[in-house]
Amino acid sequence: MKAARIAPPSDDKRWRVVDATMRRHGYHAHALIETLHATQESFGFLDEDALRYIAATLGVALSHAYGVATFYRRFTLKPRGARHTCVVCTGTACHLKGAPALLDALHRRIDNDPTNPPVSIMAARCLASCGLAPAVVFDGKVVGNLTPDLTIERIEKWLSDES
Amino acid sequence: MPSSVRVKTLRIDDLDVAGDEQQTIFDVAIEHDIPIPTLCHLDGLGAVGACRMCLVEVTNANQTRLQPACATPIEEGMQIVTNSPRLQEYRRMILELLFAEGNHVCAVCVSNGHCELQGLAQSVGMTHVRFPYHYPQRSVDASHRRFVVDHNRCVLCTRCVRVCDEIEGAHTWDLMGASSQTQVVTDLNQPWAEAETCTGCGKCIHVCPTGALFEKGHSVAEMHKRRQFLPYLRAMREREL
Ligand code: SF4
Ligand code: FES
Ligand code: FES
Repeated sequence: MKAARIAPPSDDKRWRVVDATMRRHGYHAHALIETLHATQESFGFLDEDALRYIAATLGVALSHAYGVATFYRRFTLKPRGARHTCVVCTGTACHLKGAPALLDALHRRIDNDPTNPPVSIMAARCLASCGLAPAVVFDGKVVGNLTPDLTIERIEKWLSDES
Repeated sequence: MPSSVRVKTLRIDDLDVAGDEQQTIFDVAIEHDIPIPTLCHLDGLGAVGACRMCLVEVTNANQTRLQPACATPIEEGMQIVTNSPRLQEYRRMILELLFAEGNHVCAVCVSNGHCELQGLAQSVGMTHVRFPYHYPQRSVDASHRRFVVDHNRCVLCTRCVRVCDEIEGAHTWDLMGASSQTQVVTDLNQPWAEAETCTGCGKCIHVCPTGALFEKGHSVAEMHKRRQFLPYLRAMREREL
């Protein structure tokens, strides 16, 4: 038996992405991780309302949803400090195609900047976009075939848009 | 028992034994009074193989492996050693690691004298801990009207998680976090008193092997755990089949 459908926590359009993910999986409990990913990507974090909504819709226990959300480092329960996130793929394909140089360039640009730019640099293992290697996710958008220069260009664009 | 059960024969220590294919090595061993130490295992709850206390040496098709007796189904022709210097060493080491990882201070614990962790340490002859103590910062939640969870004493066996899910059907408990940050939580890591799925049944209290879960109003060494309901429920289910 499926849990009765309940309304999303707010009328924020981003819930549609979350709902679509759950629907695609027939509201099965095994869609939990997928759904948490969709939510994390759309909202940048998983708050209590989100966890309650997802747990109730998929019919999983609150503590189980909480357990999964805190087990994987990719999920966060609070908004991250930085406004921009930049996830460099360090999977095998990307590594061979120069991911270390991208990470290097990013760290050199961001870490030593005394203005403390609002960009957080992260690494992930294989984004399943190996054909685009080396790939980076800029604020949730996958960009491939990057060079250190192209990568820094994007960062500068973010920073100049802000100022 | 279903009629299609197949019987398997195997050897445990120096004894030729038989069991049905759904039994684990541990099940067959206790039927023959062969003791194997356990911690996370509890008769009547699903097996998880979390603690590895019950490791035995299993030889099958000329290969010897260490396997958890509580979570390994028997197979035809298995040869099992339940006690060897190597196994004793590993069991002691597992216990030492558990002691080093938490804050287990028996002298002030409600379960002193009835604690399974303490009992195991005595039975395997653990005299000291070779590993540096971690002294982790862990909390105590006494918000509930009747119950307390002291994370300092938790060994992450998940008995509470299983009894709450499998028997009570509330699934209030689960594990959060990973590696050294792992701990048991109620609902969304709320104070226990605010966990809306908790029915207050107290089963978790009674299955906990240590003093991590206890009832208020008990002082040092006063907490006895009552677990008769588990074998009872299992027997009832078997009768119904
Ligand atoms: S609280 Fe007790 S029963 Fe629950 S995981 Fe910890 S030691 Fe096991
Ligand atoms: S290795 Fe980078 S996308 Fe697969
Ligand atoms: S008792 Fe078998 S792994 Fe814990």
